Amino acid sequence: MVYLTRKCEFSASHYYHNPEFTEEENRRVFGKCANLNGHGHNYTLEVTVKGEVDRKTGFVVDLKELKDILNREVVDALDHRHLNKEVPEFANQVPTTENLAIAIWYRLQSHLRRAKLHRVRVYELPDLFVDFYGEA
Amino acid sequence: MKAHLTRRYIFSASHRLHSDELTDEQNLAVYGKCNNPHGHGHNYALEVTISGQVNPATGMVCNLSNLDETVHDEILNRFDHVNLNLCAEFNAGVPTTENLSALIFDILKRTFNSAHLEKVRIEETAMNSFEYSGT
Repeated sequence: MVYLTRKCEFSASHYYHNPEFTEEENRRVFGKCANLNGHGHNYTLEVTVKGEVDRKTGFVVDLKELKDILNREVVDALDHRHLNKEVPEFANQVPTTENLAIAIWYRLQSHLRRAKLHRVRVYELPDLFVDFYGEA
Repeated sequence: MKAHLTRRYIFSASHRLHSDELTDEQNLAVYGKCNNPHGHGHNYALEVTISGQVNPATGMVCNLSNLDETVHDEILNRFDHVNLNLCAEFNAGVPTTENLSALIFDILKRTFNSAHLEKVRIEETAMNSFEYSGT
């Protein structure tokens, strides 16, 4: 079993707000992130896939195919977008880095053929990242 | 859904690797330059990984400010800009980064209750890092 990690970047804006909370609760729980005018990040995404090395190609995954999937399913959909307003997963849930990692996992999972998705890691900042392994 | 969240912190400290159970000659042989009697220092990068179910109402494993507060109060206040050898915690042990990782894990296990503590990882320099998960 070999693990391969591919990195890409996207920049997006968001805010944290739960309509079921009072304004005071939103401010208390989410702090500065609750500002409804939004703010943004340069996100770094690391996607790790795993599998046996194909004897004919020496590949775990066709990297070009993986890059195409990442660009189509993640970068085109999220880069230079407002997560709350333009990305369907966040119409009804808060676009935290936790939820973003989970959303990206499900965007990618069904498109991978040979290799299996192992981990989605999303850096919101160089000192803050979330890992999702597909665990319930 | 269960997610893992990792936060990175920086602190600077000095230390000297020297064991009272070894002769001076043995200390020098084992620890090399790190045995320099006057000590030396590092900018340590500490990564704390916690895990748990993502709360559907907040989208968060835990409130980041709780983790920041605990790490600042319990770890950074204790170890930033100090001589580790003079810390009470190292009265009986050598302040290697192995021991420091285990110590920080144990302190956080005791004081941080908002999520499950998965792992502590410390980069002593850009070239070497240490991880401890409690076992």
